[in-house]
Amino acid sequence: MGMDVSTLRTLISRYCVGEENWVDSRTIYIGHKEPPPGTEAFIQQRFPDNRIVSSKYTFWNFIPKNMFEQFRRVANFYFLIIFLVQLIIDTPTSPITSGLPLFFVITVTAIKQGYEDWLRHKADNSVNQCPVHVVQHGKVVRKQSRKLRVGDVVFVKENETFPCDLILLSTSRDEGVCYVTTASLDGESSHKTYFAVQDTKAYNTEQEVDSIHATIECEQPQPDLYKFVGRINIYMDNEPVARPLGSENLLLRGATLKNTEYIYAVAIYTGMETKMALNYQSKTQKRSAVEKSMNAYLVVYLFILISKAFVNTVLKYVWQADPNRDEPWYNDRTESERQRHIVIRAFTDFLAFMVLFNYIIPVSMYVTVEMQKFLGSYFIMWDDEMFDEELGERAVVNTSDLNEELGQVEYVFTDKTGTLTENNMEFIECCVDGHVYVPHVILNGQVMPGAGMDMIDTSPGPEAREHEELFFRALCLCHTVQVKEEETVDGIKQGIHQGKSTSFYISSSPDEVALVEGMKRLGFTYLRLKDSHMEILNREDEIERFELLEVLTFDSVRRRMSVIVRSSSGQLYLFCKGADSSIFPRVISGKVEQVKARVEHNAVEGLRTLCVAYRLLSPEQYQEVCHLLSGAKLALQDRDKRLAEAYDIIEKDLILLGATAVEDRLQEKAADTIESLHKAGMKVWVLTGDKMETAAATCYASKLFHRNTQILELTTKRTEEQSLHDVLFDLSRTVLRQHGGMTRDTFSGLSGDCTDYGLIIDGATLSAVMRPPQEDSNSGNYKEIFLEICRNCSAVLCCRMAPLQKAQIVKLIKASKEHPITLAIGDGANDVSMILEAHVGVGIMGKEGRQAVRNSDYAIPKFKHLKKMLLVHGHYYYIRISELVQYFFYKNVCFIFPQFLYQFFCGFSQQPLYDTAYLTLYNISFTSLPILLYSLIEQHINMDILKKDPSLYRDIAKNSLLRWPIFIYWTILGVYDAIVMFFGAYFLFDNTTFTSNGQLMTTNTQMMFGNWTFGTLVFTVLVFTVTFKLALDTHYWTWINHFVIWGSLIFFVVFSLLWGGIIWPFLNYQRMYYVFMQMLSSGPAWLSIILLITAGLLPDVLKKVIWRALWPTTTERIQTKRRCLASEPSTIFMLSQTSSRISF
Amino acid sequence: MVKEEQELANRPDNTAFTQQRLPAWQPMLSAGIVIPGFVIIGLAFIGIGVALFVTSHSIQVLELDYTGVENTEPCYRCSDPSSKNCVCTLEFSIDSLFEGPVFFYYGLTNYFQNYRKYGASRDDNQLSGDLDYFKSPGNDCAPYQYNSNNKPIVPCGAIANSMFNDTFKLYQIIRGSKKLVPFDGKGIAWWTDYNIKYRNPSVTPLKNAFNDTVKPLFWSKPAYELDPTDPANNGFINQDFLVWMRRAALPDFRKLYRRITEGDYAKGLPAGNYSLEIAYNYPVMSFDGRKKVVLSNVSWMGGKNEFLGIAYLVIGSLCVVMSIVMLIVYAKFKFPEED
Repeated sequence: MGMDVSTLRTLISRYCVGEENWVDSRTIYIGHKEPPPGTEAFIQQRFPDNRIVSSKYTFWNFIPKNMFEQFRRVANFYFLIIFLVQLIIDTPTSPITSGLPLFFVITVTAIKQGYEDWLRHKADNSVNQCPVHVVQHGKVVRKQSRKLRVGDVVFVKENETFPCDLILLSTSRDEGVCYVTTASLDGESSHKTYFAVQDTKAYNTEQEVDSIHATIECEQPQPDLYKFVGRINIYMDNEPVARPLGSENLLLRGATLKNTEYIYAVAIYTGMETKMALNYQSKTQKRSAVEKSMNAYLVVYLFILISKAFVNTVLKYVWQADPNRDEPWYNDRTESERQRHIVIRAFTDFLAFMVLFNYIIPVSMYVTVEMQKFLGSYFIMWDDEMFDEELGERAVVNTSDLNEELGQVEYVFTDKTGTLTENNMEFIECCVDGHVYVPHVILNGQVMPGAGMDMIDTSPGPEAREHEELFFRALCLCHTVQVKEEETVDGIKQGIHQGKSTSFYISSSPDEVALVEGMKRLGFTYLRLKDSHMEILNREDEIERFELLEVLTFDSVRRRMSVIVRSSSGQLYLFCKGADSSIFPRVISGKVEQVKARVEHNAVEGLRTLCVAYRLLSPEQYQEVCHLLSGAKLALQDRDKRLAEAYDIIEKDLILLGATAVEDRLQEKAADTIESLHKAGMKVWVLTGDKMETAAATCYASKLFHRNTQILELTTKRTEEQSLHDVLFDLSRTVLRQHGGMTRDTFSGLSGDCTDYGLIIDGATLSAVMRPPQEDSNSGNYKEIFLEICRNCSAVLCCRMAPLQKAQIVKLIKASKEHPITLAIGDGANDVSMILEAHVGVGIMGKEGRQAVRNSDYAIPKFKHLKKMLLVHGHYYYIRISELVQYFFYKNVCFIFPQFLYQFFCGFSQQPLYDTAYLTLYNISFTSLPILLYSLIEQHINMDILKKDPSLYRDIAKNSLLRWPIFIYWTILGVYDAIVMFFGAYFLFDNTTFTSNGQLMTTNTQMMFGNWTFGTLVFTVLVFTVTFKLALDTHYWTWINHFVIWGSLIFFVVFSLLWGGIIWPFLNYQRMYYVFMQMLSSGPAWLSIILLITAGLLPDVLKKVIWRALWPTTTERIQTKRRCLASEPSTIFMLSQTSSRISF
Repeated sequence: MVKEEQELANRPDNTAFTQQRLPAWQPMLSAGIVIPGFVIIGLAFIGIGVALFVTSHSIQVLELDYTGVENTEPCYRCSDPSSKNCVCTLEFSIDSLFEGPVFFYYGLTNYFQNYRKYGASRDDNQLSGDLDYFKSPGNDCAPYQYNSNNKPIVPCGAIANSMFNDTFKLYQIIRGSKKLVPFDGKGIAWWTDYNIKYRNPSVTPLKNAFNDTVKPLFWSKPAYELDPTDPANNGFINQDFLVWMRRAALPDFRKLYRRITEGDYAKGLPAGNYSLEIAYNYPVMSFDGRKKVVLSNVSWMGGKNEFLGIAYLVIGSLCVVMSIVMLIVYAKFKFPEED
């Protein structure tokens, strides 16, 4: 009851307060308990519920909203106008001819979009209805997720995902910590530690938690995942105690609880206000570059249409100035027509001309394009090579609108973890004093002592043996790995010993886990940390105990960590492990040369290397160390700096032991894929939330960076030393100097002589770069300089990226002056924002949930499938759709231009040249199927060649087949064909006896041909010409092509025979009766059809042959070559490579 | 086991079609095919062109304008619209035998039978003999739908109303006396128009079907009295009516009037003087039109038409020239990839 009252009160206060009281911070009453009277009065705000909404429509607004959106498309709106004009005024053609197709298109699109939105509703519901546990009145109650409200205390168990953003109150662990993986948020799969509020961490049962009386003040939600500022006021005996809250107390929606039995936490941001939701971007409809060109062409054609109608209207009235032409005695007007005002008449005439010529922009083009995209996308789903047997998944197409965009990609933004890599570290080898040890694969969980390693070099002497053992111990001790216990203490030892997975290692660094596990395979097993003693099971199955004295934690500036331990014999050791660059300068003895050689060798292989060294400490030295460290730790000011200084003093005079190599297993063929993408002219950027070192190693392994890539760093470390301004100018100078001397052919990824640049930038620096320019003139526009640097780098690595920053980067590149086409690929929820932002978003079906897949345009099982998707499918789709678009405009110019010309010979009376049936069916059935089929199965080059020779992808880059010159060529060709057809027929009819001598008829007469025969003749030539034109363009004749091309011509003939062969009872005119047959019975008609078709096709054939000979594209060279060498398939590859070199 | 089945279910069909590996013929427009192709097409076209050109030249055409614009012309006085039932005579001579069968056309210029409104102004239901449409002709016929007394016009519409009504008689002048050249007026329209498309109502006598209707305003005789000599040539299936109803495509057109196939003239018109007697009724001066008669014979390829032959010759020679150009390009640039 009390709850209800408080809810009511909150409600009332909400409505009384209203929205105007929007403030920068919010106050949350934990468990909805009001603060005791007398405390500072807080403004109670209205918070959204915990509902996630990704759907676009509701049941009620679907029809109006969808109609509105559909008619916002220029084309649809245009067709609607034409339809309405036909309804209102007396026009040459019936409104059905445009109304029916329009209705069809609108309905089909509405159904499709409605269905998609229904799926989104379903997905939202399943998320919003999943159960969560909430503490109410000292009891845990189940609730639907969407009913969760700010202030609710939530109970979360291990491996559950947090339902909203929470402040951690208490955990099952005594220390008040919990472990969380934020893999689906930022891609980091390591476990992170979060802390409960100090004053509440003891309250770890339902009743206790319910008794907490506190309020939280915190900032309003903002998308940065790593920032949070707040304050908790705890009322103990009505005396508020304030404690600061930071991001270490904030559990984010989407993260998962690990290694902690349960937690209690209070909801502070819910629903669309959670940081995860704020990092999502609204899903906007993506338009492909082809669609943009299509719209541009459409505007041109609209302009042509309007000018045609306008010219005709003006000419009509000029011509009609002579009253006898205006109204000759044989063609009187009705009385009402005479009374109409001239302006109205002119306007109706203009509209009638518009209607007559409106077919130049055919509804069917949009239908065909939609169908092509929809049906074509099945080839991606059907592709067996993109099926992954391991996952049992095939490629998924979520948006077929972007198929052709796959052939236009210039920038690829890829996530690292789970996309490039398997997200799975593996210990590969270690090297002690130059001797290499490779662990055997564990067989049946049994490690044979002593036999667990393979020594590549000669067996070491006794001194080396000692070093070797020290090395293994160092690795077993120098880390921050925790052992996750599932069983009792007794069980662990057994468990580990038997190789059962009853316990396993957990660490914030997967490398450390891999190292410790690798050591296990080499015979030294780290058991646990107990009472600040580390226990190791050595090769002889004896437990060795080392007292852990100090841990000098890892940081990315030092790039190393150390531990100080005391062995059971009382010896004091300092073990240090770190990046080679940070260890070697501090080494005073050891086989530096051999180890260095091995490290370099491994780095080239793309392995992540670490060096290990030690130092023996005398008790006096240890005292000194302790003194240094405690001094630094107690410092109140500059603590970090003093600690760093202390570490610097301690970690010196080291003796080198050896090095390790760990592999973050790349996905299968990831490097090959990246190389292909490079060769295809794409720039690949890796965007990751991971830290720089890890990410850089992956980049080397995946061949993103080569050995001779010069790395430019734009990181916090550098900007601390120098101002951002200087760093940027430095880098741009470096890059541009090189660029000035760069010749054209270095553009190809093949030539390695020239330095190519790789840029590494981190999130913090990026946000500094992106910050809008400040007042002081010095700062200038960093964005431009940054872009300039990026343009000259073959590869860029962005690390420590927040999800929204990934999207920002994509946006930045998208908006740069070349407007390149971008593709983003990722597998986690942290990639969603960039997947949505990029022109094409690709999701990988990884381990981290389906969020990326759901929000992507395309989803593939593995990164390697990107190669075929872009180089083969993308290329084909682009070729196909560009021909489709160009051909459609061409064939409609051919179709309508004669009608325009005919107006000059019929007194501008809007007399259609063709019969209504021909007007309606031309685009729908006579010429639609061949181009649709072409746009589905055309293959100008064999797909194996496309895959082998990625450089072919450059042939179609930058929308090259839809550039204006090509479009103009097609249009001119269309106009030429139209002129040939119209005037060909004209000269045959004009003032001559183009007649039939009627041999086939029963009487031997010479009969007149009328206007419908004239139109039919033009139309017949038209259908044959445009179909043959397509046949000339077809490179891949399957039986289906033959069937459709010849079939549609036969269909035209059969239809015409039938249409003219019967008196159709439902028609009130019979103008086409026997027209087609009469025409065919005339010899000259046949001769002129043949002549006009030939004349129409001649220039195009000529152009093709001459262009192919004089200015062949790479594609054409390869087509020719393939033809010549069809019998020797093995040489194709070699030749195609040479040709690609020629073309650059 | 279940998982395996799932995998199989999700695995795409491995067929040639779904994997885009259908067997295909992959032709290419290479010079090796195109050049010989052009030569062959070019030669064939030149051949056809020559044949057409020669044939077309053998066709005789005689064209006589009788509008009477100048006052020297015999029909000048008839061209005045106020004159009624005017008859004028045109004299001409033929130098050599005009081979038969000779076709006799009338021609009109600057006459737009292809106006949209004009073309739509007819009622095909009425013309197929449906009596319902005799009483209420279709609205498309307006303003030739009802007369001023609101009586339906049959046949309605602008086309029917404006039917050409000049009549011709051709005489050969043999030693001063006129000998009538017999005209054959049968089968000058499309067979399908005469037999199927146009139908008179099945009422006998035909006149009764036209009760309560009026003839088109321009007509002097009702439809059922168009040809007093032949009852089967009346109503909607009158041959002259059918010829007129088939609208010409272009503003300058000619229509078949009669054929000369009978009697002494079956072989053609012998050389000599002829006189054409014209009943001049049809006004064309108001819209600056011209009227003419044309005498012509035909060949296997129809009437005289030089365009087709010339076009064939031009395209054929272009093909040959282009193949030579391509050959030169071929020789000069060696088509490197085909070496």
